Amino acid sequence: MGSLEVRGLTRAPWWRDLDLALKEGEIAVLRGPSGSGKTLLLRALADLDPVDAGEVSLDGRAREATAPPMWRRAVRYAQQGAPCLPGTVEENVAAVATLLNVSPTPAPGLDPRADAGRLSGGEAQRLALHRALLGAPKVLLLDEVTAALDRDAAAEAEARVQAFAREGGSVLWVSHDVALAQRLGAREVSL
Amino acid sequence: MIATVPLALTDLGLAALLVLANAAVDLVLRLGLGRRLLLAAVRAAVQLALLGWVLGLVFETEGPGAVLLVTLVMATVAGVEAVRRGSRRVPGIFAASIGVMLVSSFAVTSYGLLVVLDIPEPWYTPQYAVPLLGMVLGNALNGISLGLDAALEGFDEDRARVELLLAHGATRREAAAPVLRRAARRGMIPILNAMIAVGVISVPGMMTGQLLAGADPETAARYQLFILFAIAGGVALGTIGVVLAAERLVFDERDRLRVDRIRRLES
Repeated sequence: MGSLEVRGLTRAPWWRDLDLALKEGEIAVLRGPSGSGKTLLLRALADLDPVDAGEVSLDGRAREATAPPMWRRAVRYAQQGAPCLPGTVEENVAAVATLLNVSPTPAPGLDPRADAGRLSGGEAQRLALHRALLGAPKVLLLDEVTAALDRDAAAEAEARVQAFAREGGSVLWVSHDVALAQRLGAREVSL
Repeated sequence: MIATVPLALTDLGLAALLVLANAAVDLVLRLGLGRRLLLAAVRAAVQLALLGWVLGLVFETEGPGAVLLVTLVMATVAGVEAVRRGSRRVPGIFAASIGVMLVSSFAVTSYGLLVVLDIPEPWYTPQYAVPLLGMVLGNALNGISLGLDAALEGFDEDRARVELLLAHGATRREAAAPVLRRAARRGMIPILNAMIAVGVISVPGMMTGQLLAGADPETAARYQLFILFAIAGGVALGTIGVVLAAERLVFDERDRLRVDRIRRLES
């Protein structure tokens, strides 16, 4: 599970004829200057933005052959800025768990009754990562999900992502943290 | 029934003196509205004269052709106006708005004529069909423009939340539901408020017209209630219709929210 293949992906003027393969259990860190289309690539892989050309497949199955909600459950995108739904932390987790048809699990390190709209940047990112891991996705597309975390919290988040990869999931992680790939023993991909 | 007091053109000239009060305020306070005031008064006079003339022609015709033509013209103008009032547009919205306007006003008016009034003449008799349609359209316009604007604004400004739901496996409808609910509420609240205020705070225009034209108050009140319910039905159908149309237009075939299709107008 979790082998993502990208062939000839083009979205002018950002990237053209992009090939990329993520193997099961692999973590890749996506790097590139601001404005090079890193977020756009993650969004395109999650099928939230259209592309001009190219193919994307998961475990050998073409994206077009999969209904959009099923694709996005499997190829999970955690947005930059970690937006939250209205309500408490607990309600945020419950809303997503209901969509995914799984039981909600408490988000580690967060007060379940806290108002999600009043979380700090770091807390919102913890909630976002927790939501993204619900319901066993196959691929995680992470967009700067630890940028606002302190060192300990970032280490904990990285450990969660590594545990996900050990179980066969693959990860494409956009980050400005130059040491991230090294810490995770991950491949670096440049745009 | 009390006889209708005929209103001669000279009487209307006397009524026009009332507009002079506006002109006086304009002069004293230097509002600079003189030209606009003149234009508005002349426009109202010309438009109503035209309406009276056209209705006169329509009332003389037999067969549904004339009424259908009037319906088409009125719904088109209302559909365009509903979009023009908003602050955002999306390709295809004019056609959708006109279509929703047509279907909702036609459905409500036919129900009113065929089921409620059950008039002995054919359902398309212009004397009944045109005024009812006009009242429903004029009010549906309000709900439709408010609902449409709220829907496009919601998709545009709440994009992150809509996409958060999409990214976690929501269908298009599940992801759009919060925006759609808010927009439908915004479209329907004015008519709910009007129903609460009617008769206590205001004597509605239609009832006023009927009373002045000699109808007895109880009949006038019954007709007013019928019109109010018809309007509420038209607003509900129209608002829901246009909000769902907006949803269809801002999502693509892979259920992607395409905010790039939404164009903001300079306010």
